[in-house]
Amino acid sequence: MNGQIVKALVVPGLPQPWLSPNANPDYKKIRNAYEAAAKDLAASDAELILYFSTQWLSVLGYTFQGDPAPEWTHVDHNFHDLGSLPYKFRVDPKFAEIYASEMKREGQNVRVVNYPGFPIDTGTIVAQNFLNPGNRLPASMVSCNMYAEKQETIALGRAAARAIAKSGKKVALVLVSSLSHRFFVKDVKAADDHISSAKDDEWNQKICELLAEGRLEDTAQVARDFAREANGDMGFKGIWWLSGATEETNLFTGKVYGYGAIYGTGATVASLSPTSVIPSEEFLAKQEIALSENSERAISTEKSNQAVDKNKIIQANAAPEPVGAYPHARREGGLLFLSGVGPRTAGKKEIPGVTLNAEGKILSYDIATQTHAVIQNVKTILEAAGSSLDKVIDVQVFLTNMEKDFPTYNKIYAEYFGKIQATRTTIEINRLPTPIAIELKVIARP
Amino acid sequence: MKKGKIIAGVLAPHPPHLVYGENPPQNEPRSECGWEELRWAYERCRKSILALKPDVLLVHSPHWMTVVGHHVLGLPHFKGLSVDPIFPHLFRYKYDLKVDVDLSLAIAEKGKARGLITKVMKNPDFRIDYGTIISLHMINPKWDIPIVSISSNNSPYYFSNEVGQEQMMLLGEATREAVEASGRRAVLLASNSLSHRHFTTEPEIPEDMSHEHIYHHGQYLWDMHVLRLMREGRAKELMAEMPEFFDMASAEVKAGALTWMLQAMGVPNYPATVHGYGTVIGTGNAVVEWNAETRGAQ
Repeated sequence: MNGQIVKALVVPGLPQPWLSPNANPDYKKIRNAYEAAAKDLAASDAELILYFSTQWLSVLGYTFQGDPAPEWTHVDHNFHDLGSLPYKFRVDPKFAEIYASEMKREGQNVRVVNYPGFPIDTGTIVAQNFLNPGNRLPASMVSCNMYAEKQETIALGRAAARAIAKSGKKVALVLVSSLSHRFFVKDVKAADDHISSAKDDEWNQKICELLAEGRLEDTAQVARDFAREANGDMGFKGIWWLSGATEETNLFTGKVYGYGAIYGTGATVASLSPTSVIPSEEFLAKQEIALSENSERAISTEKSNQAVDKNKIIQANAAPEPVGAYPHARREGGLLFLSGVGPRTAGKKEIPGVTLNAEGKILSYDIATQTHAVIQNVKTILEAAGSSLDKVIDVQVFLTNMEKDFPTYNKIYAEYFGKIQATRTTIEINRLPTPIAIELKVIARP
Repeated sequence: MKKGKIIAGVLAPHPPHLVYGENPPQNEPRSECGWEELRWAYERCRKSILALKPDVLLVHSPHWMTVVGHHVLGLPHFKGLSVDPIFPHLFRYKYDLKVDVDLSLAIAEKGKARGLITKVMKNPDFRIDYGTIISLHMINPKWDIPIVSISSNNSPYYFSNEVGQEQMMLLGEATREAVEASGRRAVLLASNSLSHRHFTTEPEIPEDMSHEHIYHHGQYLWDMHVLRLMREGRAKELMAEMPEFFDMASAEVKAGALTWMLQAMGVPNYPATVHGYGTVIGTGNAVVEWNAETRGAQ
C-alpha cells in the first residue's frame, strides 16, 4: 500500500520559545502553539516526521540525514547566550535513501550523510524537541539548497511525495521556517521583542489567514511577493517544498495555533490536514510519465563536471520553444543574455491574448495579456538559469504598435520592474517573427 | 607596555579541500592528492608568517555568521570536532585551540566604543566554525599560537554592500586599537575566497583535478584584476571597487573579512605578495600576504 502525507506543518526555528519562553509573551505563545500542534500530531496516525529547515543549507544538491542516532550538544551561532541545545534523535536512514534516490531521478546531486558530529541546525532541533519529544516517531531531514529556485524546490517536494508513497509510511511534513525574516540588528531586550515592521506584520497575518483556510497552494503562489515585501525566510521557498509535496492544491483543513514575534521575525505554528489522499495515484502516475520523458534531458550526476558546468547554453523546458537556431539564454562574461522572447506558451499553438483568422493573420489581440505572458516567460527562463527577475539589468522592448499599446504595456511593466530599476529601451517595429505584439530582450546577472 | 602591532595580514581562504588534500592527522577523511597549487601557496605563506613569530592570530570567518553585531570568543580553550555540513566527506577535524581572551574582550570593548554592537561568546559547548579552523590550520598547523575568532556580521547581506563595508571598517579600526594597546604582535587572517560562484555537483573522486577550473571566465577576470591591485599596492582602490566585485563575481569577500583586515592594517599602500591562486570547485582562491615588516620588499 502507498504511503501518505497525513499532515503538513509550518513552524519557526529560532531557539527563544524553547530556551527562554518566559522572556516574552510571544515566545510563550509560540511555545504553547508548538505544544498544541504536538498534541494533534501525536493524535494523528503519522509514522514518520520529515523536516525541511531553512537553516540547513546545502550547495551541492541535497543532503539527507542518514545517521540513525545523531547526538550532539549544539549552540546557536547568534543566540549562544540563551543556552545549549543537547539532542539525541531517532532517524530513519532507509527513508533517507529512498528520498535521495527520488531526488537523483530529478537529476540532482544527492548525499546521504552518516557522520558522528554532523551538525544539525537550530531550527530542526527546536522543532524536533517540541513536536517529537522522546523520539516517539522516527525523523528524516533534508537540506535546503541555497541556490534552488521555485521549480527545483517544487521538484524536491514532489520527490518527497514519491518517496513517501514508496515507503508505505504515513508522514507528517514539517517546514521549519520563519515568516518575515527581518531580524533586529541592534540588541533588543526580550521583553521588547516585536515584529520588525508593520508591513511585515501585515504580510505575516495574510499568510496566516491563508494557512488557516487551508490554502497552501495560494500561499505558495504569493510566496515571491511575500519574500520581497517582508523579507521571507530564504525567500519563503520552503512553502514551495510543502506545496510540491502535496500536489499544489488548496485541499486542506488549516489551523493556526499561534503567531508572534521572535527577535523581529514572524513566527507561526500552523498545520494543514489533507482532505483527500495525498499523494494520489493520478499524481504518482503523472510523475512517472514526466520523469521518464525528462530522463534524457535530466542532468546526470554521473556525467563529468565539465560537461555540466561548462554549459553556457540554457534551454528552459517550460518556456516557449525558440523559432530558430538559438537558445533561450546564454551565460557569458559574468552576465546572462536572454534571446528575445514573446508571450507564446510552451507546447501550445495558441498565443495568449491573440485571435487569428484561418490564414494565421491577427484579428485582434490584448496587449495586457501579452505583456503579462511575456514577462512570465522571461521569469521562467531566468529561473531555469538559476537567476530571477530581480537580477535583470537591462530590458529591450519591441512593440508593433507604440501609440495603441504603450500605455497599457508600460503600466504592467511597472508592476513587475518598478522596484528592480533595470534600464529599458522601448522600440516600435513593423512586425515580429510570430503573430505577437510584444517581445522582450533581457540581460541579467546570473 | 610596548605598543602592539599588526605585523601581517593574510587573505586566507578556507575551502575544506585544502585540509583534505593535505591529510593532516586531525582530519579523518583521507585523500590521494588535490589542490596542490593552493596548498603550496599556503606553505610559502606559513613559512613567512611563522618567521615573524606572532603572539596571536586573529581570524574573521564568514561561517560564524551573526545578525546582531560582531561576536568574539570569550573562553580560553575550545576542543571539539568540526564537521563541514556541505563537505562532510572531506572535513571532519578534531580541533584543540587556545583563545587570547584578553585581546578578544579588548576588541569587543573598542568596537562598542566605536558604536558597533559586540558580544562575547562564553558558552563552552559552542562549536568553532570550519572556516576559522581551516584558515588557522593552513597557517599554523601546530596550533601553538593563541587565537582570536571574530564572527562575520550579516549586514552586507542584510542591508547593503556599503553598510557592510562601513561596519567592517569600524571593526578594523577597533581591532587595530585593541592590538596596539595589548602589546601583542598580531597577524590577521581574512578567511575568504575571492570569486565564489561554484559548481553544484562534484566528481566521484573529489580530488580528481581534471574537473577543477574556474566557474566562468568573468569570475577569473575579476579575480585577476583584484590580485593585480593587491600586487601593485593599490589596496585603497581595491576597497573602493569591492562592492562591484561582490556583485559581479559573487565574491565571498562580501562577508567582510578582507575589508576588516585591510582597514585594521591602515589600508596598506605597499605591494602584497600573492603566494598563489587556484580554484576550488569553481571558486577563485588566493593566498595573499601583506607583510608590515618587509612592506613587500623581496
